[in-house]
Amino acid sequence: MIVFDKVTFAYNDEQPLLRNFSCRFKAGQCSVLIGPSGCGKSTLIRLITGLEQAAAGEITFQGERVAAGSIKNIRRRLGYVIQEGGLFPNLTVVQNIRLAGRARGREVGLDEIRRLCGLTHLEEGLLDKYPGELSGGQRQRVSLMRALSSKPGVLLLDEPLGALDPMIRADVQGTLKELIDALGLTVVMVTHDLAEAALFGDEIFLMHKGEIVQRGTINALLRQPASAFVRRFVNSQRGVGA
Amino acid sequence: MRVWFVLLLLISLLPAAEKEIRVASKKFTENILLGEMARLLAQDAGFPVSHRAGLGGTRVLWNALLAGEIDIYPEYTGTLQYEILAREHYTRFDQVREHLRALGLEVTPALGFNNTYALGILPGNPRLKGVRAISDLTGLKELRFGFSNEFLKRTDGWPALQKAYKLNAAELRGMDHDLAYRALINGDIDVMELYSTDAEISYYHIKTLQDDRSLFPDYQAVFVYNKNGGRIPPAVEGAINRLAGRMDAAAMSRLNAMVKIEKKEPRRVAAAFLRKTLGLKAPVADAGRGLLPEIGQRTREHLFLVAVSLLAAILIALPLGIVSAFHEKTGRLILSVTGMLQTIPSLALLVLMIPLAGIGEGPALIALFLYSLLPIVRGAHAGLISIPSAVRESAIVLGLTLPQQLRFVYLPLASRSILSGIKTAAVINVGTATLGALIGAGGYGQPILTGIRLDDTALILQGAIPAALLAFMIQAFFDLLEKFIVPRGLRK
Repeated sequence: MIVFDKVTFAYNDEQPLLRNFSCRFKAGQCSVLIGPSGCGKSTLIRLITGLEQAAAGEITFQGERVAAGSIKNIRRRLGYVIQEGGLFPNLTVVQNIRLAGRARGREVGLDEIRRLCGLTHLEEGLLDKYPGELSGGQRQRVSLMRALSSKPGVLLLDEPLGALDPMIRADVQGTLKELIDALGLTVVMVTHDLAEAALFGDEIFLMHKGEIVQRGTINALLRQPASAFVRRFVNSQRGVGA
Repeated sequence: MRVWFVLLLLISLLPAAEKEIRVASKKFTENILLGEMARLLAQDAGFPVSHRAGLGGTRVLWNALLAGEIDIYPEYTGTLQYEILAREHYTRFDQVREHLRALGLEVTPALGFNNTYALGILPGNPRLKGVRAISDLTGLKELRFGFSNEFLKRTDGWPALQKAYKLNAAELRGMDHDLAYRALINGDIDVMELYSTDAEISYYHIKTLQDDRSLFPDYQAVFVYNKNGGRIPPAVEGAINRLAGRMDAAAMSRLNAMVKIEKKEPRRVAAAFLRKTLGLKAPVADAGRGLLPEIGQRTREHLFLVAVSLLAAILIALPLGIVSAFHEKTGRLILSVTGMLQTIPSLALLVLMIPLAGIGEGPALIALFLYSLLPIVRGAHAGLISIPSAVRESAIVLGLTLPQQLRFVYLPLASRSILSGIKTAAVINVGTATLGALIGAGGYGQPILTGIRLDDTALILQGAIPAALLAFMIQAFFDLLEKFIVPRGLRK
């Protein structure tokens, strides 16, 4: 479980993005953060990973407070995937995964890498390729492998599929959904795509200007919008066939 | 702190001077000839002696003498009085001598010639029949003068001359010194100013007019030497003083002409003069080395300068580059300081280094080291800050320690930019190192410098061509190195 308790946060000297923000993401389920750009959804994930620090308030990760002293330990227990993947372009797929293992003080064997290939549906023939030689979809599969190599209990996904084109995106979505269910992971996922939120979200948090304006299932969002903004947001994403 | 430590380390690496008498000379023919004579005389008296020929200008030699880097060099009384000690406003040379003694320096008796301004005419000029002294020009009309611009402007030049001798100029032209000689010989001008020992005087048989109203200050040739440390024992003083009063301006001009115009080697000319004048059994200087060993030697000196300074710069600049990329404020400071160093003219930097590091390779290495910092720091900085934030943040969240981040991710990603900074520094260094010859560091600059002095294009090329080739090869070497160092995943 990840808990935000009265968190205040601002980028540099700007107006605070989060003010007295509180919420909790339950263990064993997939919480999806959705909302327009700049609503603070990615910031929540960055606060959990320690890439940003709260000015006030408290964030706890599986009962442990996120702070300078504990962040190393917390990072070991989470997998983090971002839109551009963040793969190291100077290292092959295998080297990327092994370096991640090394950071956590363990050797990742070839058997384990094969198992990860199976989980993420990556062809084993690509293991010795460099990120620059892979397609966007393949790169995100490798990012997932790297994140999963430390066997984390929690996966933090910041628009992991946002840069993929629709056909590939659907494919990787399928893979991701499959492995989350198979591994029983706790997931916090940021997306701006309502359909993706519907696919993954056990619970959906719709954010606006640093606040959660509605939380619940996709059905609740669609049928009982809590405000005019929620209605507008939902309607704007009802595209073809929705 | 660390920079100074490395600098000290570099200085201590320099070969310690042996207990020999170190003669040096300024970078023009006459001074080199005199230096060579001092060397031959000391050698003849049985002392080990070396000569750093054409070490630099007045300031360089003077500072080196004060610092005990050299023991003796040829100087002119006027230079000591009006240039080196100009601020004291001494009116008599006795005062200069006293001042020097207080510094532990001593001046030999005058060698016999006065290398000062003089006026020159062609002996066959029909307008100037019977003219022997400058005062004979007084009252003559229709005279055409050709002077260097410096002489025209100096208060002790043309303005003083005209006043002292009441000269009438029908035509007054400012022209380059070498061109003035040609104009004089072609009959385009009647009178020019010259230095009384110019090689051209004897070569073109130019007549110098006596300064019979003693307008121009004395520039008597002497040796100035450092008595501290007892490197110049009385026997050497005695040996060198054998030259006192033995050289007049005409003789010096002839010697200058042998080197400058007939292209004879200074050491042979000096030895021949001493044999003839003093009966010295000066050994005929061994026939100079062949071209290839000569170039080989210069190459070793040059590579030493470039390699050592570059290596030291890499060791310092790379960490500085890393710090500057990760700490914005410190980074700005580092970049502006190294950038400022770059703006110091190389010649000035070399001369400034002399009191600190003496002459020779030391100051040259330090100067080259300082010049190498900016390109390397900038290369590292640019390479590191261009790493995408997604990559940086992934490395952080994966839990890589900072050393791990640097070693496995950041430095490999920045390697191309870092290498290109080092390459730039190396190529610039090959060029700048040629200036090292001005302060006795050797290298390809030595033949270039000597070639410029002797107006010998072949000699200039002997330094310039290898220097260009070396720059080219270093470029190729780094291009090759890039193939090994830049990770394959980045080569696209």
